Amino acid sequence: MPKIIAVMTALLIAGIGSAMSAEIPSQRQSELLYLLKHDCGSCHGMRLEGGLGPALTARRLAPYGVEFLALTIIQGRPGTPMPPWRPFISEPEAQWLAQQLKQGIRP
Amino acid sequence: MRLMRYLLSALLLYSGQASAECLTRGTGDMGIVIERAAGSVQVVDRRAHRALFRIEGLGDLSHASAVYSPDERYAYIFGRDGGLTRIDILCGTITHRVVQGGNSIGGAISQDGNLIAVSNYEPGGVKVFAASDLRLIADIPATPVNSEKRSKTVGLVDAGEQRFVYSLYDTGETWILDMSDPANPVIQKHEKIGQLPYDALITRDGRYYIAGLFGQDGLALLDLWHPERGTRLILEDYGKGEQKLPVYKMPHLEGWAMAGNRAFLPGVGHHQVLVVERGEWNTLAKIPVYGQPVFVMARPDGRQIWVNFAFPDNDTIQVIDTETLKVVKTLKPGKGALHMEFAPRGEEVWISIRDKDEVQVYDTRKLQLTHTLPVAKPSGIFFTARAHTTGL
Repeated sequence: MPKIIAVMTALLIAGIGSAMSAEIPSQRQSELLYLLKHDCGSCHGMRLEGGLGPALTARRLAPYGVEFLALTIIQGRPGTPMPPWRPFISEPEAQWLAQQLKQGIRP
Repeated sequence: MRLMRYLLSALLLYSGQASAECLTRGTGDMGIVIERAAGSVQVVDRRAHRALFRIEGLGDLSHASAVYSPDERYAYIFGRDGGLTRIDILCGTITHRVVQGGNSIGGAISQDGNLIAVSNYEPGGVKVFAASDLRLIADIPATPVNSEKRSKTVGLVDAGEQRFVYSLYDTGETWILDMSDPANPVIQKHEKIGQLPYDALITRDGRYYIAGLFGQDGLALLDLWHPERGTRLILEDYGKGEQKLPVYKMPHLEGWAMAGNRAFLPGVGHHQVLVVERGEWNTLAKIPVYGQPVFVMARPDGRQIWVNFAFPDNDTIQVIDTETLKVVKTLKPGKGALHMEFAPRGEEVWISIRDKDEVQVYDTRKLQLTHTLPVAKPSGIFFTARAHTTGL
């Protein structure tokens, strides 16, 4: 139950209403946010304020477009520890995640 | 649901406990478990398998670690958000807390127990504090990367003779910080140790400091009996010509297992545990395992190695027999098996299962689950016996 509330709050804050989110079922959205917090968080910090990997706050990501961020998630960044998440995250899902990050989500 | 169950049991447990009352007992069979998402810590009795206190308000504890004072009464907890907190495990209270950096990765306590060093990503460097009251003793900035940024520091350990050793991620260095005279820290720098050291370990005897390298094959070894000889690359051939898999969680070297004259370490980007001969540092064997290892830890008697794995295989634990080098047991404790801690004599191992909000206790002889403790999003488990071990 608290998880659902957290996700709802996150969605409200992020102001979801775009066509993109409609394609990702809410169950999957909550899985993605859990992954973002706990697995991405092991390098980027659970609050996404950075660690071995850079912060993923809206401010830090301001110079980058959604497409670029989605591509980074899918393909990783060769030469850095950022791995490609393609086996676990589809392209529309990466787009959705990138949008959330650009909008300043805190999972 | 699990969280609800957890909260209820926590409520029952703690409501009976007057907050200001301290325990009168020894601490040798106690420990702490980090609740990474809640920013809290549970103080546990490891023989009774129960929580004694829950201490809140420790900030962002993702990737948190802890060290103990020599009297095993105080634990120093290093948070991701730069928080350094000293807790009293007999009273269940925070005695001191400072937010000493923007983003930190771990720390160590000096041989004499008087100094606490913290390794920071942001701003890159190491700070040293008085163990008694966390007042700042020394601030050692790392090498600048550009005009705005200094190198992240990683793999900070305590070595003998009041030294701390750590590595610089961005600039590929290992520094020995000698705090014999706290007013005059002396730094010995070893440059060009290899590309992107991401973590390090020190052998239990305090002699060898070994940094894992993300940017190239091999590990950088420094013999602390002969630091004048500098670092050298070992296991250089490891991984050469083999396709590495993407790494979804960086392995930890702190738990590097020594069993007899053999070291067992996680293969980066491989579903393997490496067996290496100490001294010559040659690879003796590669043991195929279930996923990419994160922690490779020896039971204190060296008879077994327990391994957990990176995402997406973090629902599994494997046990390796150190004589036959074979996997003798595969356990499925649940998703998010993040950390393991052995009882000091090895009869039990405690395992954090993040997604089940519990810590599971296994009998290491029967390889069976014996106890379960409710803990919210548990990660690191630290027993007080660490107080007397170099590098922990």
